[in-house]
Amino acid sequence: MYKIVKKKALNPSVIRMDIAAPAIARKAEPGQFIILRVCEEGERIPLTIADFDREAGTVTIIFQIVGKTTHMLSQLNEGDDLLDFVGPLGVASHYDQPRKAAVIGGGLGSAIAYPQAKKLHQMGVEVDIIAGFRNRELIILEEEMRKVSTRLFVTTDDGSNGVKGFVTDVLQKQLEKGIKYDLVVAIGPLIMMKMVSNLTRPYGIKTIVSMNPVMIDGTGMCGGCRLTVGGETKFACVDGPDFDGHLVDFDEAMRRQQMYKAEEKQTLEAHICRLSGKENSDA
Amino acid sequence: MPNLALKKVPMPEQEPDVRNANFREVTLGYTEAMAIEEAKRCLNCRNKPCVGGCPVSVQIPEFIERVVAGDFADAYEIITSTNNLPAICGRVCPQESQCEKFCVRGIKGEPVAIGRLERFVADWAMANEPVSPTKADKKNRKVAVVGSGPAGLTCAGDLAKQGYDVTVFEAFHVPGGVLMYGIPEFRLPKAIVRQEIDALRGCGVDIKTNMVIGKILSLTDLMNEGFEAIFIGTGAGLPSFLKIPGENLNGVYSANEFLTRINLMKAYLFPNCDTPVRIGKRVAVVGGGNVAMDAARSAKRLGAEEVYIVYRRSEAEMPARLEEIHHAKQEGIIFRLLTNPIQIQGTESGWVRALECNEMELGEPDASGRRRPIAKPGSRFLLDVETVIIAIGNIPNPLLKNTTPGLETQKWGGIVVEAETMATSLEGVYAGGDAVTGAATVIQAMGAGRKAAQAIDDYLSGRRQDPENPACVVGSEIVEM
Repeated sequence: MYKIVKKKALNPSVIRMDIAAPAIARKAEPGQFIILRVCEEGERIPLTIADFDREAGTVTIIFQIVGKTTHMLSQLNEGDDLLDFVGPLGVASHYDQPRKAAVIGGGLGSAIAYPQAKKLHQMGVEVDIIAGFRNRELIILEEEMRKVSTRLFVTTDDGSNGVKGFVTDVLQKQLEKGIKYDLVVAIGPLIMMKMVSNLTRPYGIKTIVSMNPVMIDGTGMCGGCRLTVGGETKFACVDGPDFDGHLVDFDEAMRRQQMYKAEEKQTLEAHICRLSGKENSDA
Repeated sequence: MPNLALKKVPMPEQEPDVRNANFREVTLGYTEAMAIEEAKRCLNCRNKPCVGGCPVSVQIPEFIERVVAGDFADAYEIITSTNNLPAICGRVCPQESQCEKFCVRGIKGEPVAIGRLERFVADWAMANEPVSPTKADKKNRKVAVVGSGPAGLTCAGDLAKQGYDVTVFEAFHVPGGVLMYGIPEFRLPKAIVRQEIDALRGCGVDIKTNMVIGKILSLTDLMNEGFEAIFIGTGAGLPSFLKIPGENLNGVYSANEFLTRINLMKAYLFPNCDTPVRIGKRVAVVGGGNVAMDAARSAKRLGAEEVYIVYRRSEAEMPARLEEIHHAKQEGIIFRLLTNPIQIQGTESGWVRALECNEMELGEPDASGRRRPIAKPGSRFLLDVETVIIAIGNIPNPLLKNTTPGLETQKWGGIVVEAETMATSLEGVYAGGDAVTGAATVIQAMGAGRKAAQAIDDYLSGRRQDPENPACVVGSEIVEM
């Protein structure tokens, strides 16, 4: 069993948890992920490692409440146990000492982009962070991101924090101003990563994206997480999750992400119904 | 008086049109009376050809004799003296090409139903006998086993029975490997697997789940933690794809993914279990092995109206067991033989619409000795399906190899071992099962696990422990006092 040592809500639907998993904490590196299970009938879901503390023996996960599993996870509290917690899986991020990097996070993706920025910052790289959220209430990790960046741009889709626009708008402005990035790391919704990759392609800036498709085992066994990268089939779990954004077939990845949408909705709704005791719920 | 009937005592089974809608076990097992009657068919021949056909040398005539006498507990003890997983072997071993192949009764008539008898004895023991494992004196020496499939469990069981402290590391959340994720409930009930594994735990085997060795711990880490020898039984878990256009469409599964969702994650209980699986009305399973039959029969049970086995050779070349082919046909699986898929066509939104195939004919024998299938000119046609399951085999998972410098493997990924000892290129590290051979059978993996356990015992017996520090062991060749 894996104890929840600390739990904190970062915004109304995003939660951070520190999980006691000393052996994983010893080996974890930014870019890797874990797979967890909450209950005996539950799914195995992958979550990117948001942070780790080798001395305290904890691994930090940050998740958004989107389906039944994350909803159940959000109901657990400090002192409760997770049923299963496997990792560290996937290949750790690797950067050849860039000079100036833009690390871009979209929504919850900011939680995963943050450790990347931190790692680059520690390597002495000049890091600009561009973080985008739907609105002001959803902004997470602002202070943390400020600490590990040279410049931090926080933007909202609705402009409620005073800066309206998408992360790509900010990036485009910087590029047009002549800022010379030699690395862009983009983590967030597939459409965002696609747009960022399209934007950097003509500039020839190396662009790394982190893919998070449906998977079961996380060790290369099922092939459910396969995607096309540079015309070849890759498994996100063992070949990734980091890939060259200019080579990823995002349209295919977006189609594959739809595979179980109906079933995910069904389990979530049934779960909410059971919790609320109502026949139907809009929650 | 021996029973001179030419045929085996039939084993009761669920009717095909009933069982193809449920996941309960197809075959129901012998009653005591049936088992005794069948056991009487054994002639108890002096030279025991059957035993030579068994990879773990079960003492077949001896245990069958005890069945005739009605002493099932004794029979169980005889079986388990060489076989750690009898209830599993009795169900999934290809007896027709092993023990039963050599049975004298098979020369004229059917061989003795050795597999059914083994299963009967194991099931009887589970139901009637609290297993009282014989625990050997503790040696206080640690052996690690990576992977809890049939090879790993057998190796672990054998070593634990000799007094070693054995820890099994499993990547999934439950132990059993392919027995849990691969073979369907209707062929091998998971409760049976759990009971067999519990029996091994009773012998002192410690099983740690959620441990992906190569990631959370390297083999060197294990050595540093005091494990003096390591057995790798990580199986052949990496699915092969056809490499034809359309394989990444929604609705295309590897057989591994399809079966893992159903067996391990219990997708057949969805929405009571959270992991879903998409079936569709028409399903094509590409391949002709046991895994293809398992996938096809599972799809049928999950409500598919038409399920096709698409295989590019003819039935004679199919690698699946005859019994599996027979059961699949009984359950209404449609065989599209001499049919080779060339493309998967999709809808505009990216879902499978049809499998485009060529009709084939058989030419001259190829490297495998089987007649090579050749496409008939102008024979392209579409098979309308919503789901395609690729069951053309698996290769060993490179995860451990990639993180273990010095571990030699074949080009295709199989770990290189010495045939006699299963020793790898690394000292103290042994390997066996599908990780070495590529996809094979449960019992072959068990045979390899057993051989490795013997070699590990020999290896460790030749080494002495530093009494001050049990983790520090000196190789025998340099022990000079």
